[in-house]
Amino acid sequence: MKMGLIVNPIAGMGGRVGLKGTDGKEILAKARQLGATPVSPARTIEALQAIVPIADRIELVTSPFEMGEEEAVSCGIHPTVIAGIRKDETTAADTKNAARMMLGSQVDLLLFAGGDGTARDICASINRSLPALGIPTGVKIHSAVFAVNPRRAGELAAKFLQGQAPLREAEVMDIDEQAFREGRLSSMLYGYLKVPYERESVQSAKSASFTTPDETASQDLIAQYVVERMVDDYYYVLCPGTTVKAIADKLGITKTLLGVDLVHKGSLLGSDLNEQQLLRLIDRKKVKIIVSPIGRQGFIFGRGNPQISPAVIKKVGKENILIIATHSKLSSIGFGRPLLVDTGDEETDRMLSGYTRVITGYEEEAVMKISS
Amino acid sequence: MTTHRYIPNSDPEIKRELLDGIGVREPEELFAAIPAKIRFHGRLDLPYAASEYEVKRRIETSLSKNITSNEMLSFVGAGCWPHYVPAVCDEINSRSEFLTAYTGDTYSDLGRFQALFEFQSMIGELVAMDAVTLPTYDWANASGDAIRMAAMATDRHEILVARTTSPEKRSVMRAYCGRLAEMQLIDYDPETGQISLEDLEQKISPNTAAVYIENPTYLGLIETQGERIAETAHDNGSLLIVGVEPLSLGILTAPGEYGADIVCGEGQPLGLHMNFGGASLGFLACRDEPRFLSSTGHRLITITKTERDGEWGFTYVLPERSMYAAREKAPSITGTGAALCAITAAVYLSALGPKGLREVAETIMQKSHYAMKRLSEIRGIKAPFFKSPHFEEFTVNFRSRKTVRRINQILLKLGIQGGKDLSKEFPELRNTALYCVTEIHTKEDIDRLTAALKEALK
Amino acid sequence: MTADTVTGYRAAAWNEPLIYQLGRKGRRGSAVVGVEEEVKKKIRDVLSEIPESMRRKEPVNLPELSEPEIVRHFIRLSQQTFGVDSGVILGVGTCTMKYNPKVNEALARSPKLTETHPLQETSTVQGILEIMYRLEKCLCTISGMDRFSLQPRGGAHAVLTNALIMRAYHKLNGELEERNEIVTPILSHPCNGGSPSVAGFKVVTIYPDPETGIPNVEAVKTAVSKHTAGMTITDPYDTGIFDPNIEEYIKIVHEAGGLVAVDQANANSLLGRLRIGDVGADLCHFNLHKSFSTPHGSHGPGSAPIGVKKHLAKFLPVPTVGFDGKKYYLDYDRPHSIGKVTGFYGTIPAVLKAYAWIMTMGAEGLKETSEVAVMNNNYLIQNLIKVRGVTLPWAKSHRWRLQEARFSLQKMKEDTGVGIDDVNRRIVDFGVQKCFPSHEPLIVKEPFTPEPPESTTKEDLDRFVQVFQQISQEAYTNPEIVKKAPHNCAISKIDPSPSRDPSKWALTWRAYLKKHK
Repeated sequence: MKMGLIVNPIAGMGGRVGLKGTDGKEILAKARQLGATPVSPARTIEALQAIVPIADRIELVTSPFEMGEEEAVSCGIHPTVIAGIRKDETTAADTKNAARMMLGSQVDLLLFAGGDGTARDICASINRSLPALGIPTGVKIHSAVFAVNPRRAGELAAKFLQGQAPLREAEVMDIDEQAFREGRLSSMLYGYLKVPYERESVQSAKSASFTTPDETASQDLIAQYVVERMVDDYYYVLCPGTTVKAIADKLGITKTLLGVDLVHKGSLLGSDLNEQQLLRLIDRKKVKIIVSPIGRQGFIFGRGNPQISPAVIKKVGKENILIIATHSKLSSIGFGRPLLVDTGDEETDRMLSGYTRVITGYEEEAVMKISS
Repeated sequence: MTTHRYIPNSDPEIKRELLDGIGVREPEELFAAIPAKIRFHGRLDLPYAASEYEVKRRIETSLSKNITSNEMLSFVGAGCWPHYVPAVCDEINSRSEFLTAYTGDTYSDLGRFQALFEFQSMIGELVAMDAVTLPTYDWANASGDAIRMAAMATDRHEILVARTTSPEKRSVMRAYCGRLAEMQLIDYDPETGQISLEDLEQKISPNTAAVYIENPTYLGLIETQGERIAETAHDNGSLLIVGVEPLSLGILTAPGEYGADIVCGEGQPLGLHMNFGGASLGFLACRDEPRFLSSTGHRLITITKTERDGEWGFTYVLPERSMYAAREKAPSITGTGAALCAITAAVYLSALGPKGLREVAETIMQKSHYAMKRLSEIRGIKAPFFKSPHFEEFTVNFRSRKTVRRINQILLKLGIQGGKDLSKEFPELRNTALYCVTEIHTKEDIDRLTAALKEALK
Repeated sequence: MTADTVTGYRAAAWNEPLIYQLGRKGRRGSAVVGVEEEVKKKIRDVLSEIPESMRRKEPVNLPELSEPEIVRHFIRLSQQTFGVDSGVILGVGTCTMKYNPKVNEALARSPKLTETHPLQETSTVQGILEIMYRLEKCLCTISGMDRFSLQPRGGAHAVLTNALIMRAYHKLNGELEERNEIVTPILSHPCNGGSPSVAGFKVVTIYPDPETGIPNVEAVKTAVSKHTAGMTITDPYDTGIFDPNIEEYIKIVHEAGGLVAVDQANANSLLGRLRIGDVGADLCHFNLHKSFSTPHGSHGPGSAPIGVKKHLAKFLPVPTVGFDGKKYYLDYDRPHSIGKVTGFYGTIPAVLKAYAWIMTMGAEGLKETSEVAVMNNNYLIQNLIKVRGVTLPWAKSHRWRLQEARFSLQKMKEDTGVGIDDVNRRIVDFGVQKCFPSHEPLIVKEPFTPEPPESTTKEDLDRFVQVFQQISQEAYTNPEIVKKAPHNCAISKIDPSPSRDPSKWALTWRAYLKKHK
C-alpha cells in the first residue's frame, strides 16, 4: 500500500489574521506581516496519528521539507521523499508537481492538507485517476473533498488503505471571482476528485462492498427514473455534477460535467451556457431545472452553478425544480440536515425555502427542507 | 395497589425515588408530549387484574374444551403434520436463555449464533445447498422470499408455479410478488399429478425467472421428474426453486443434487408440536453465490475466527442488505422470524442423526402405503387418486353420494379426524380428501380408520 | 485480562466445538418407532416405487451424538446466550425486553394446545378459538380499532399486511393506478418503508427537522398528494419522541384520500393512555413479543396482530374467529379478503400468552405498565446524560421521552476515539447486554437506544448507569481497554473479514469446509 502526502504549508495562514485565503505572494506576505504562523503542519501531524499504527504496512510518499517530509518524520514515519523544492518558498506549482509525481508513482491514496486552492491544484494534476482526501487546513473549505477535521481525515485514510471505505466523487469548488468582487460568496464547480467516505453503519467492519450500491449505480437508477418521466414538451436545464450527468448519459447525450446544458426532446440544445444564453433559450418555454446538491455543505443553488441566477429560477418556478441526490451525497451532507440556497437574492432564497421532494433512487423520494 | 409482581418499581416508595431522580412531582408530567385532546382518559373495558391462579384456571377451563390428537385419532396434515417430538427438543427450547434472548451480538450471545449456524448447516446438508439464511415465519413466506430472490438474481419477472401448490400458499406467494413478478401456473398431469412437462415447456419464456415446484407436492405425491424440470429451467436461463417437506429428505434425493438453485420448506416437522398451526419455520437455502445472497433480505450468519486461536466466532454477511440498513431498498422483508423453532430443529436433527432421519422417512412411507392399500380395499375409495409414489400424504377419492364433509362428520362421531376436504381447492378431483399418515400412526390406528371409513360409506 | 479489565463478571466460556465436531459415528440420540411386521408384509418394498434418480444415495450428513451429548452441547450454548432472564438487558431499545411470565409459558405448553391441529373440526377446538376470539376483543378495546387479524408473525409482516390492505382498498375504488405512493418518516421503523416497497409501493421518505427530530407538518403536506395510498408511521418514534402532530398527519392523509397505518411497536408507553383508533388511524399493529410480554425466542417466533377500522374489515386475511352466540367458528366469508399472509392462523402460543398477560394485568395494570415504563426511562435518561461523552439529541425540543431514548456518543468519539461499537463490546464484559444502536441511516451519529420496560428494577437502572459511567471513565483515561474489548466474554474479538468476502464467508459447515480446507 502506498499513500501520498502533500502539505500546503501556507494554507490557512490568512484566516487567523482576517485574510480570505493565501492565494498569491502578496497575500502571503501580508499574512506573515500580520504575524500569521503556519497551520497546516500541526493539523497534518494530527491527521497522521491515525496512520502511525499502520505505518509499517504502507509506504508513505511525500514531498520534501515542510510539504510533507517534516510532518511525517515528526510522527515517527519514515517517508519516501520525491520532487525537489526550495525550503520556505513553496508555491502552487510545487503542489501540482508533487501531485503529478504521485500519479506517476501510482499511490493508492493521495492525502493532502490545505484548502480549496490546494484541492484545485491537486485536481488539476490528477483529476479522478487517483483516490484523494483533504485534511482541512485552509480558510476556504467549500469543496466536498475534505474530511470534517484532521483527525477524521487520518482515520478515513487509514480505513481506506485497509479496504474499509468505498469511494465517491466529491466536488472541488472554485471561487466565483466576479461575485467575490461584488462582495458575494459564490463558487463555480471546478472539478471532481474520487474521495473515500465513511458509510456510517452500525457494523464495525465497514469495508467497501459490491452490494453497497456504489455511487455510479445509484446515479444510474436515479437517471432511469428521471428519464422515464421526461416529456417532449418540456425543456430540461441540466446543472453541473456527476449525478445530473448520469441523466445525460442515459439519453446518450454528451454533457459538460462542470457547466449548465439544455436538453429538449432528448437532444442537446446548448452546452456550457451562461445566464444570458440560458434566459434566451428558455424564454416562454415549459422548463424544468434538474439539480443536485454539492456534497458536505448541501448547497443546491449559490455554489457551483451561478448561471442559475435568480432570474432563471424565477422564470422557471419553484415547482419545476427537480432535485436529485444519491444516498452517499445525502450522507456527506448529514441526514436530516437541510439543503441550502444562497442565490444572492433574498426574495428568491425565500421562495425556494421550505419543503421539497428530492429523488433519491428509482421510485424513491424524500421530503427535505431547503434553507437559506 | 400492592407492588405488582411483574413491575418491581410499582412500589410507591421506589416511584418517589424515580420521580425525584427525574425531577418531577407526578408521573403524568412525563406524558406531556401527548396532546390532551388525543389522550384516552377513561378506563379500558377490560377485567380487573387477576391472580396467577385465576389466570391459570380461566385459560385451562377454555383449553379443556379442546380435543387433542392424543384424545382422538387424527389423519389431517396439509402443511402442519403430527410427528413425535423427542423430549430433548422441549428441554432445550424451554431454556430461558434461548427463550428470552433477542439481538445481542456474538460476544454475549455466542450460543444463540452457534445454534443457529448449526441449524443452517444441517439444513444445508438436508437440501444439499451451501448457503442457508436465517429462517422466516413459514413455508409460504419462505417461498415468497424465494420468488423475489429469483426475480432479482435473474432480472426477470415471471415465475411459473406448479398448480398443485396449495391455493392458500399461492395467495401468500402472490403477496410477495408485489410488482416484481407475475405468477403463472403450470398444469399437472391428470394421471400422475406431477408437473406436465409439456405445459412447462410451453409456458416457459425468456421472461421466466424461475420454476417453482414442491416435492412432495401439497397433494402428497413425489415429483419424480426433478432432473428434467431442472434441465428445462436451466436451458431457458431460469432458476429452479424447490419447496420441500424436510423429513422426506431422509429417503429422497436432495434438491441441490438434481439441480435446484433455491430451496425452501417447512421446518415444523423438525421437533415442533403442531400448536394449532402456530409453530412453523420457513427455511430458505440457495447457491452460495453473491447474486443470490444479495437478493435476500434475511440476516445471514457466517462462521469466522477470533483473535484467539481455535475459537469460533460468528458475524453477519453483507449486513447493509437487510431492511434494518437498507429500508425500502431491501430485497424483501425480514424481522423476528423463527429462531427458537430453528434451534429446536437443530436439536431434533441431531437427535435423529443420519440413521434416524432415514428410519423416520422409511417408517412414514411404509405406514402411509399400508394405509393407502387398506383404504383402497374399500369399495368406493381410490387411494391415492394419482399414480405416483407418495410420501406421508395422499389423496383419497370417495365415489359416494356422501360428501367428504359428511364423511368427516361421521368419522368424528367415531372419534376420528378425517383428512382435509379438497373440494374447494381442487374441485376437479371431485369428492377427494387429503389424508396424512406419519410414524405416529400404528397399524391399529390405520385399521381403525379403515373400519370407520367402511362404515361411513355404507 | 488484566487488573484493569476485571469487572467481577465472567461469561460462561465453554469453547464448545461445533456439533459437527462432536460425537462419533454410529451414535444416535433418538430411536424411531418401528413398523409392525404385518404392515411390512402387506406393502413389501415400497421404497422401490421411488425412481432411482429420486432416491437418496448417501445418508444425510447429520451429527451423530447420543442424547446426553446433545443435551450437554445445547445447554452449554444456552449458557453462552444472554436473555431477559440472564441480566440487565434494558439497553436493547425498540425491542421492549420485558419479563416473560412463567405461568404463561407453562400454559402454552399444555398438550391441549400443542397437540391440536389447525384443520381439526372446529367443534373440537372451541377452547383455543375462544382464546383467539377473546384476545382480538382485548386488542380492540386497548387500541380503539374494530377488528384484528392474528395472522401476521412479526412487525415487518404486519406492516406488509397493512400495505396489502391499502392496495386492496384503493383497487376496489379503482384508484390503485394513481395511488402508488406510501409516505413514511425516516425515524419510523425501517419496515415502515421496506414492507410497502415489497407490496409494490413507491416510498416517499420524510426527513425530520434537525432541530426537533420530528417531521415538520409542512414536510408532510409536501409529501402527501393525490398519489398517496397511505402513510406508515411509528409513534412514538424509535428515538422515544412522541410526535404530537399525529392527528394532523392523519387528517392530511385522509383529506388526500389515503389511509394511515400506525406501527405500535412502541406501544408500551401508551397502554391505557392513547387509543390510536380514536385518533383516527385506519390500520395499526401491536407486537405481542414487545408490549404484550411474549418471549423473543432468540429472534422469533413473534406475533404482530393487525387492527383495522370497520371500513377495512372486509379486506382482512381469512379466517377470523367468529362467535354465533353458542359456538366459535372460523370465518372465511370475506370475498374481498386479501387472502392469507401465513399458512394458518398466526403464532397461536403467543396469542395465548398475550391473552394471559392482559388478564393478569387488567385495565389498571396496563396503565401501570406504561406509567412505570416511562418513569424508568426518564430516570435513566436523567442519569445517563450526566455521563461524560453522552449527549441526548433534540433534548431542547423535547423535555421528556416516552419509553425509550436515542442517545449519541459522538462527543466521546471525538474526544477519545471510543464510539458505540467499542462501548457495546465493553459493556458485555460487565454482564450487561449491549445497547441497540439504531437502524440505518444513522440520523444520530454513534447512537444507542436503551429502553427499560416496566419489569426493570431500580437497581438495574442504577447498575446500567454505573457501568456506563465506568466505561466512560475508561474511554477518557485508558481507551485501549474499551477498544480491545471484550475481555470477559465467551470469545475474543471476531475477525469480520468474511462479512463481505465470498471466498471467506460460510453460512454452513459444508461451505466452510469447502472454502477453508
